[in-house]
Amino acid sequence: MMKRIIQLISTVLFNGYLVGFAKGSIYMGGLKVTCVPVLNCYSCPGALGSCPIGSLQGVLKSKNSNFSFYVLGSIMLFGIVLGRVICGFLCPFGFLQDLLYKIPLKKHNEFKFDKQLRYLKYVVLVVLVILGPMFITNQFGEGDPLFCKWLCPAGTLEAGIPLAIANDGIRGALGFMFSYKVAILIVILLLSIKIYRPFCKFLCPLGGIYGLFNRFSFYQMSVDHNTCINCNRCIEACKMNVDVINNINSAECIRCGDCVKVCPVDAIDSGFVKEFNKIKNEG
Amino acid sequence: MVKIRYILLTMAIVLVCVGVYFGEQEMVLSKAIRICLECIGIG
Repeated sequence: MMKRIIQLISTVLFNGYLVGFAKGSIYMGGLKVTCVPVLNCYSCPGALGSCPIGSLQGVLKSKNSNFSFYVLGSIMLFGIVLGRVICGFLCPFGFLQDLLYKIPLKKHNEFKFDKQLRYLKYVVLVVLVILGPMFITNQFGEGDPLFCKWLCPAGTLEAGIPLAIANDGIRGALGFMFSYKVAILIVILLLSIKIYRPFCKFLCPLGGIYGLFNRFSFYQMSVDHNTCINCNRCIEACKMNVDVINNINSAECIRCGDCVKVCPVDAIDSGFVKEFNKIKNEG
Repeated sequence: MVKIRYILLTMAIVLVCVGVYFGEQEMVLSKAIRICLECIGIG
């Protein structure tokens, strides 16, 4: 319950400019100078901060620069402090996928090529987020944000649809690309009913980056192997299919805490490293 | 592990500071206050 409350607060907090939804416009104030830690489209009428992936693509290749220290540093800072707890507790699109997975239909969380498909998010990161904007530019020398343009379902849901509803000008300009992006969004949302967080598992470049920091972040999960009775309940409870006992800080762990809840002997702990003195396994 | 953690934290802070020194936050702001046509499926 606490997790849901945090997810709800975070969704409202990152999209708190409610006037924008009514007016069909976006917030244009100074808060957007900062990147938020989550995949939250800055063209969402309510968005108060900048999406780190959108910003990375926008700034990585522009007429003034070929690199973005500021955005990369911000992403790294979020990653090293929190790791993928951001995915588990703060991401609005992750929250939506969590809610859809609650729909009581048969689940398909384990399937062939699941492990291989996890690497797809890194392909998305390298090809669509980094290389695409660096090498494909418009007449003004600005990089083409391929991820936002061809894949990001959060942009369609948080920005495209609300703006299309409330803004006549934008509604009039919609065409094939919008239909294509809505189709992508619908496929991901439908998959979310059957598979736990498919976008986070297979496609999210930001989750991919944060995953790389999981092992080093200040927020850690730990298993006390002296207390653990190897009942495997944690592994069965993990919807991200992490080997909790042997690799709890895996890049795939979103620190949702499901394993902590089911452990019958309280052998699993989570928190900032200074907080627990009994980290037996950081790896 | 503890060393790596602090090295990465320092690197992140340095990167942000370098970015601010070059005024990159203004570029982020200038992008974010315009509706991104690609994001919403027009561009």
